[in-house]
Amino acid sequence: MTFEKVKEIIVEQLGLEESQEIKRETSLINDLEADSLDAVEIIMAIEDEFGIEIPDEEAEGFKNIGDIVDYVENNK
Amino acid sequence: MKKRVVVTGLGCITPVGHGKEAFWKAITEGQSGVGEITKFDAAEYPTKIAAEVKDFNVEEYIEKKEAKKMDLFVQYAVAGAKLAMEDSKIDTEKIDHEDFGVVLGSGIGGIATFEDQHKKMLEKGPRRISPFFIPMMIVNMASGQVSMSLGAKGPNTTVVTACASATNAIGEAYKIIERGDAKLMITGGTEASITPVSIGGFCSMKAMSTANEEPQKASRPFDKNRDGFVMGEGSGILLLEELDHALERGAEIYGEVVGYGMSADAYHITAPAPEGEGGKRAMLKALGDRDTPMESIDYINAHGTSTPYNDQFETMAIKSVFKDHAKNLSISSTKSMTGHLLGAAGGIEAIASVLAIKHGIVPPTINYETPDEECDLDYTPNQAKERTVNYALSNSLGFGGHNATIVFKKYQDS
Repeated sequence: MTFEKVKEIIVEQLGLEESQEIKRETSLINDLEADSLDAVEIIMAIEDEFGIEIPDEEAEGFKNIGDIVDYVENNK
Repeated sequence: MKKRVVVTGLGCITPVGHGKEAFWKAITEGQSGVGEITKFDAAEYPTKIAAEVKDFNVEEYIEKKEAKKMDLFVQYAVAGAKLAMEDSKIDTEKIDHEDFGVVLGSGIGGIATFEDQHKKMLEKGPRRISPFFIPMMIVNMASGQVSMSLGAKGPNTTVVTACASATNAIGEAYKIIERGDAKLMITGGTEASITPVSIGGFCSMKAMSTANEEPQKASRPFDKNRDGFVMGEGSGILLLEELDHALERGAEIYGEVVGYGMSADAYHITAPAPEGEGGKRAMLKALGDRDTPMESIDYINAHGTSTPYNDQFETMAIKSVFKDHAKNLSISSTKSMTGHLLGAAGGIEAIASVLAIKHGIVPPTINYETPDEECDLDYTPNQAKERTVNYALSNSLGFGGHNATIVFKKYQDS
């Protein structure tokens, strides 16, 4: 569920096609061509959606979508 | 030696149509682009009308994911620039990208983005301001994004002189090519300021028409019953090219840029100087730029905003510059149809001016019903007029007392 919601946010924020393949291993920067500003905006949208705060130092450590989903799962 | 500069591409997004064909057809048929404001609920505003761009599908011009990071004023600029490049039929594989630059004007910039993000800050706090707020809002981002989308690596800057912005931009782009700093310049202006705060601000200045009952008749430049301007939006973009570069690739040449002049009123933040003396000096500078005899001007695309002062003072300025020849001029304000595109106005009006030269047709001033004794020249009332146009002059005057004039000439070999 969390994964699906995170994926939905990423598709929306990056203006991706629905058909875009997004897996736990997908990297925002390397696979989806997001830049640092995109990453900030995606984290904000995730914070809003799940009602959590993700500290910058945590966000900087995310390597892929799986890391984001795990953080949300453990902190919501 | 001064390089010669010609116009070889035209692109626009306007309240009366997109692309030069649709735009020209509308303004020569006398179509108005004015209607009720639909972008937000304007019920509480004294002015409830504007000339909005219709049927703008951004994805026809820009990838969705790129468009998301652009304010509407930038989207209009990129779309207009792409239309101008397409119109020029230039093969971008064959050009030197470092000789290809951009100078655009915009009066206000990304005010819709500003309003959205300010609202978000008030509702959710400063940590929820988008990281794209600044790069979407800043006024130079139109010329920045156009350079990125076209690979234009040459001279690049932005002019902000309110309603004179686009004409100043075109003049500066012309001078860049003239002095040999580039061979190709995308230029003109863009604006998207039909927003709640922006319209509210112009309403408070009492600058806009309140003829809400008959929107299509509200913009009535030079008519005795004019009561203010009607806000428009969109972009007007030209490709300027160094003459030899254009000839070598067999480009269609719409006209030659033969004059640019600017001046300041140094008088008042919003009111024009008495008798339009600042506008007069801009026209004289533009005519003097390449020694254009004032008797050779056939057509003036006037600033003609439909405010009481502008139209009266611009008329006085024209009479002061052209003396007896003023009566022979065909003058029109295409703002009667398009509304006032503020920082983009000079862009679409430059397009109207070069197309008047190309087609030998002067677009009309519509809604001209009641003559004003203070405005006693030939404003091409209500109907387009066939007339050979060898030289056309376009005026743009802005808050802050900025005056800019450009002169176009029918292209001839020598």
